[in-house]
Amino acid sequence: MTEQTTPSAPPKMAARHVNVFYGDKQAIRDVSIEIDNDHVIAFIGPSGCGKSTFLRTLNRMNDTVAGARVEGDITLDGENIYDPSMDVVQLRARVGMVFQKPNPFPKSIYDNIAYGPRIHGLANSKADLDVIVESALRRAGLWDEVKDRLKDSGTALSGGQQQRLCIGRAIAVEPEVILMDEPCSALDPIATAKIEELIHELRGRYAIAIVTHNMQQAARVSQRTAFFHLGTLVEYGVTSEIFTNPREDRTKDYITGRYG
Amino acid sequence: MSGTAITILIIGLGLIAWLSARARALRLAHAGRASPPSAPSPAPEARPRGPLLHSLPSYHGWYAAIWVAVPALLFLTVWTSLMPGLVTDRVLQDPAAATLPQDAFSRGAILSEGRAIAQGKAAAAFDPRSNAFVEPYREAQRFYSIGGGVIALLLAFAGGAYAFTRIRPDFRARTRVERLVMLGLLIASLIAIITTVGIVASLLWESIRFFSLVNPVDFLFGTKWSPQSAALGYGNENAFGAVPLFWGTIFIGAIIAMAVAIPLGLMSAIYLTQYARPAARKWLKPILEVLAGVPTVVYGYFAALTIAPAMRDFAVSIGISSASSESALAAGLVMGVMIIPFVSSMADDSISSVPQAMRDGSLAMGATTSETIRQVLLPAALPGVVGGVLLAVSRAIGETMIVVMAAGLAANLTLNPFASVTTVTTQIVQLLTGDQEFDSAKTLAAFALGLVLFIVTLLLNIVALQVVKRYREAYE
Ligand SMILES: Nc1ncnc2c1ncn2[C@@H]1O[C@H](COP(=O)(O)OP(=O)(O)O)[C@@H](O)[C@H]1O
Ligand SMILES: [Mg+2]
Repeated sequence: MTEQTTPSAPPKMAARHVNVFYGDKQAIRDVSIEIDNDHVIAFIGPSGCGKSTFLRTLNRMNDTVAGARVEGDITLDGENIYDPSMDVVQLRARVGMVFQKPNPFPKSIYDNIAYGPRIHGLANSKADLDVIVESALRRAGLWDEVKDRLKDSGTALSGGQQQRLCIGRAIAVEPEVILMDEPCSALDPIATAKIEELIHELRGRYAIAIVTHNMQQAARVSQRTAFFHLGTLVEYGVTSEIFTNPREDRTKDYITGRYG
Repeated sequence: MSGTAITILIIGLGLIAWLSARARALRLAHAGRASPPSAPSPAPEARPRGPLLHSLPSYHGWYAAIWVAVPALLFLTVWTSLMPGLVTDRVLQDPAAATLPQDAFSRGAILSEGRAIAQGKAAAAFDPRSNAFVEPYREAQRFYSIGGGVIALLLAFAGGAYAFTRIRPDFRARTRVERLVMLGLLIASLIAIITTVGIVASLLWESIRFFSLVNPVDFLFGTKWSPQSAALGYGNENAFGAVPLFWGTIFIGAIIAMAVAIPLGLMSAIYLTQYARPAARKWLKPILEVLAGVPTVVYGYFAALTIAPAMRDFAVSIGISSASSESALAAGLVMGVMIIPFVSSMADDSISSVPQAMRDGSLAMGATTSETIRQVLLPAALPGVVGGVLLAVSRAIGETMIVVMAAGLAANLTLNPFASVTTVTTQIVQLLTGDQEFDSAKTLAAFALGLVLFIVTLLLNIVALQVVKRYREAYE
């Protein structure tokens, strides 16, 4: 038997031989990958290659798409998340998601953060909830900017602040994994830098997977990179190696800007 | 010559103008191509370049046809409406007119009898004096209709001639026709607006007359409504207090009907937008919308013949002895059902226009579908829903047939849903049916009620559209 390169503890999430179909069309082919606490993993690849689709299988958001079908095993702490006994609502509380376009609810900043804790009953009192909201906003790096206007609408914030609010909203329920689908693609460079800084700070505490079409961003924020092409996982490895010394020609072409 | 014949003749002339103007334009175009200004070139491949037509020949045709037909037909319309007055004036200049009696009533009777015989609508005179006017009427009619016909034809020819002189290759007939089409469309839309203004003006005018007989304060705040007593000569005070009507209208249209329509409409919209499979939605939505097309008189039958007796029996069975066979509840319930598709389709629109990202955001937080609906979709869709409900209320309070058939006529100021109440629209119908003098306070009250209804629904509509619009902007 060969030596295991992964640590002896089971990975936080693992996907094995995953196929995803939209109706008859296959969007993901036989993808196997692991996501762990100690690193941020970036999914890169040309648009339409299935990055978002794969990300959404990890918290079963594809269940909301009519006609979408997932095959293969995906485990969270060794438990199959597509098992009929799995409670999707619980799963999504454990695997949070941040979307491409900031989507704060049309509610106050406070209520946006308190949304998850309220529906999952995480706070026993108003004081509890206040503590949760403050710490989530602090971890999202937004507290100092909004502490005096928690009652203002979340939709009145700037785009970058909205996205940090959405990250705060996701971490307020203490998830174990955070999935981010191009979280900076609608933001300006300064707001993007803030989010990247935030990802650095969140690393280690949560397992983080981020989809990005921005090569530099992948290089800056991630320690592992997965390159997708036409629904398959072409190459997966340590970020610095993928960027300096890719094994596959397709990866090299993409990274050097030949296409995509 | 009769008006119809002249009209047909003018349309025929227009057709001829169309054909010949088009032919002329075509000829001009050919002439331009066939004989280039310089000597014929020997090289066959050098295409002759003449002055090409600016506009297609058919545009020249339309231009001429419009000039032939429109002024002449407009003149005929005006002429036809002026003619009776002109004819009578001419008859009055006849020597026979000196023999007419002085009092206006018998003068008018004799003259109109003479006219009726002249036009062949009456066979013989009831009053022998009328006979003297038959011939003058015939003569005057003939004079003016021939005169009008001739002027119309002259106008048609003059218009045609003018249009023909303008047919040149570079004449921009297409632009002109376009402008005339626009003018026609503008007039069409103005007609609707002018009619509305006219209706409002007449409503205002009659209401002002009413308020010169009845104090507006008594009307708006009085609690006793018995126009019959005013008609019987007991005076106008204390007979036109419209509060019971306003209350009845609100009770039925804004309270009972909405208590049915809002929850059911909202729930069906939620089901259709959030739970129904696309196939089910494809069937259910049109079926629901068909409900909106059922004539209100059918709902009225249903309310009066089925629901109202059932409500009375129910009331009696739970020990309410005062229950009437016409009740606010019966009318309100059926009206609520009538309004469901309306509320549902407005709510459907506003729920569907909440971005998918909101829904995804909530589901990704681990919320269930119903939590997502209650906490995210409905609050976000609320302004649109409120706007829809306001529009529904304005429809409900203006609705007539159901309340006429099922709500009753007694102007009760009551909270009891099993009692008979009456509404503004019911009373308007009541005040205006049957033989009425058109200047009694009783009849004029209908206009005042109409004015109040108009103002209230107008305000509701303005507020509702404003709310809906602001909401739409928020998501664009
Ligand atoms: N809801 C859907 N229904 C059908 N096909 C879809 C749907 N979402 C994505 N696809 C298809 O799946 C493929 C992968 O899409 P996606 O995961 O969005 O790619 P990426 O995020 O890498 O740009 C694309 O070909 C896309 O057209
Ligand atoms: Mg994507």
